Amino acid sequence: MNTTIEDPPYLRVVDLKVRFDTDDGQVRAVEGVNFTVRKGQTLGIVGESGSGKSVTSLSIMGLHDARRTRISGEIHLGGRQLVGMPEPALRKLRGSDMAMIFQDPLSALHPYYTVGKQLVEAYQVHHPDASRAEARKRAVDMLGRVGIPQPDRRFSSYPHEFSGGMRQRVMIAMALMNDPALLIADEPTTALDVTVQAQILDLLEDLQREFNSAVILITHDMGVVAQVADDVLVMYAGRVIEYGTVEQVLREAHHPYTWGLLASIPSLHGDAEVDLKPIKGNPPSLINVPTGCAFHPRCAYALVPGACVDVVPDLLELSSRNGHKVACHLPESRRVRTYEEDIAHVGVAQ
Amino acid sequence: MLRFVVMRLLRAVSVLIVTSVVTFSMFFALPADPALALCGKSCDTTKYERVKHTLGLDEPLVNQYGDYMKGIFVGRDLSAIAGGKFCEAPCLGYSFEQGELVTDALKRTYPITLSLIIPAFILYLTFGIGLGVLAALKRGRAMDKFAVGLSLVGASSQIFTIGFILVFIFLVTLRISPPPSYTPLTEDPLKWASGLWMGWVALGFVSMAIHTRLSRAQMLETLSEDFVRTARAKGLSMRKVYGKHALRAALTPMVTQGGLEIGTLLGGAVITETTTSVNGVGSLAVAAARSGDLAVVMATVLISAVFVVGFVIIVDVLYAVIDPRVKLS
Repeated sequence: MNTTIEDPPYLRVVDLKVRFDTDDGQVRAVEGVNFTVRKGQTLGIVGESGSGKSVTSLSIMGLHDARRTRISGEIHLGGRQLVGMPEPALRKLRGSDMAMIFQDPLSALHPYYTVGKQLVEAYQVHHPDASRAEARKRAVDMLGRVGIPQPDRRFSSYPHEFSGGMRQRVMIAMALMNDPALLIADEPTTALDVTVQAQILDLLEDLQREFNSAVILITHDMGVVAQVADDVLVMYAGRVIEYGTVEQVLREAHHPYTWGLLASIPSLHGDAEVDLKPIKGNPPSLINVPTGCAFHPRCAYALVPGACVDVVPDLLELSSRNGHKVACHLPESRRVRTYEEDIAHVGVAQ
Repeated sequence: MLRFVVMRLLRAVSVLIVTSVVTFSMFFALPADPALALCGKSCDTTKYERVKHTLGLDEPLVNQYGDYMKGIFVGRDLSAIAGGKFCEAPCLGYSFEQGELVTDALKRTYPITLSLIIPAFILYLTFGIGLGVLAALKRGRAMDKFAVGLSLVGASSQIFTIGFILVFIFLVTLRISPPPSYTPLTEDPLKWASGLWMGWVALGFVSMAIHTRLSRAQMLETLSEDFVRTARAKGLSMRKVYGKHALRAALTPMVTQGGLEIGTLLGGAVITETTTSVNGVGSLAVAAARSGDLAVVMATVLISAVFVVGFVIIVDVLYAVIDPRVKLS
C-alpha cells in the first residue's frame, strides 16, 4: 500500500466473484474481492482451507473448470482484462506473462517425463521458433539459477529422483522459464520440511528481486507472510476481511479472525508459557454461508444479537490509517483495545 | 533390466514345465487309448501289444514324457507311425485324429486364428480406448452417454449373438457381405477381409466394452491430477494437455489389460471361430479334447501357456518403459 507514485499496479482485481454450480447448490467461492499487486511487490493471501484464496488465484490464471464456474468482475493483467478473454488469447498469457507454482511439486510435475523435457516444453510453447538447443540451454540455466546442483546432469532426471525441496525448485524454474511478470505461488512450502521451507522462501525473494515480478503468495501461515510479503489480504468465506501492509496487519490487526490466525502460530521470541490458541469451530460451508459477518459463529467478540448476525460488514478503510482496511462491525476503539490487551503479546504479532 | 528379464524367463520356464507335466499326467487319467484306435478292426492282443510298443505307450510314463520333451528340442523319430517321416524339432507329436504331425495341424490352423484375432484386437483396442477417452473429455454430454451405453451393450452381449445379428443383417437381409470364410491374406487380401470382418466386429464389439470403461475411468482420474493442471498453467493447447500429458498417464492400465487379453486370445478363440465357421486353433483344441487327441491337446495347452506367460513378461517390461518410477528388480 505504498502511496508513492509508481507504475500502475501490474495486476488489478476488481469485485471478483466466483461461483460453482454443484449438485448440492451454488458454491459462492469468492464474493467480491478487490486487490492490486505491483511489479516487485509481494501480496500474501491468507486464509483457512475453503476461504477462496486458491480459487482466486486459479481464476486469475483461468485454470478453473470453465463448465461449472461462473466468474464476474474484472482482472486486469498489465492492462488486459482477463475475465471473458477467449481461451486462445488467455493461453498465450499463461506460462509467459503469468505463471504459477503449486503446493505439492511431486504431483504437480508429470511423473513420466524428465524435468528437462518439462522445462523445455514450457519454453517452447511460448517461443515456437526457439531451437531445441536454445530451449535446453535456457532450462539448464534456470535449473542452475534456482539452486539445483549439476543442472546439466539433473536435466535428464525424473521428478521422483529429486528431494521435495529440489522438486519445488524445479517447479519454480519451470514457472520462471518465460520471465513472467506475475508469479502466483499457491502454498509453495506447505508440502516441504520446515528447514527447506525457509530456503524456498529465500529463493522466491531473491528471484523476485532479480526478475522484478509481481508475486502473489497464497498461504495459511502467518509466519510465511511475515517473512516475505509486503501486503496482506486475509480472506474468510470468500470475502476479504482485512487488507493492509504486513506492518499493519501483523502488528495492528483489526479483525478478530486475523487475531485468531496470529494467535495460532508459535513465535520463537514469544513466551513459551503462552498457549497457542486455535480458532474454535470450522470454516463455514460456502453453500450456506452464515448471515451477516460469516465469521460471527466463531467470533468471541461478535455482537449477538446485532449487526454481526444481520449485516454483511463492508471492507472499510480505517480512519486513522493509510490504506489499512477491515470488514468488522466492532467499534474501532474496542478493536484497538482488544488487540493491545489480548493479542499483541502472542504468536507472530510478538 | 536384463537381470529382470532373465529371472522372469527362468520363472516362466518353470511355469511351463509344470503346465506340461500336469497336462500330460491328467491325460493319462482319462480313458483314451491311441493304441486301440490305431490297432484297427482286426485287433487281437498280439497286434495291440505291438502297436502299443511301436507308439512307445508301454514305456513308463516318465520316459514317455521325457521323449515328448526331447522331441520339442531336438526332434524325434516317429517314422513308425507318421508315415516314415522324421519329426523335426520342435516336434509336438503326431495326431492320429488329424492323421498328421501336430506341427502341421498348427501351421494349418494358426494363420486362421491370427487373421481373426489380430485385426479384431487392433480394432477394439483403438475404438475402445478412443471412445473411452472421448467420453471422459465430454463427460456428462451426449458423447459420454453414447459411449457408456454402447459399452454396456457390448459387455452384456455374447460373441455369437452379435455374430448372428451381423449374419442376419449383412448376409441374409441386405446380401452385401459374403458368408464368413477364410482365405489366406497372401492369396487375396480383399477376400480375406470380407470373409472375416464379421468375426472381427463380433469379437471386437464384445471385448471393446472393458477398454471403453477402463480408459474413461482412467482418463477422468488423470484429468483431475495436479500435473494436468500444471500443463495447462504452462499455456499448452488442450490437444497437448490431453494428448501428451493426460493420455500418457492414463494408458498404463490399458497395457496390462490388453497384454493379458492378447495372450489369452492367441491360445485360440473358439467361440469366434465357431461363429464365423472357420477352423482355427481354438476349434482344433476343442475337437482334440473331445476325441482324446493327446498330442494336440498337449500342444495347444503348452502354446497357450507360452503366450500368456510371455505377454505377462512383456507387460512388465513395457510398464518399466512407460513409467520411469517402476524399477525392475
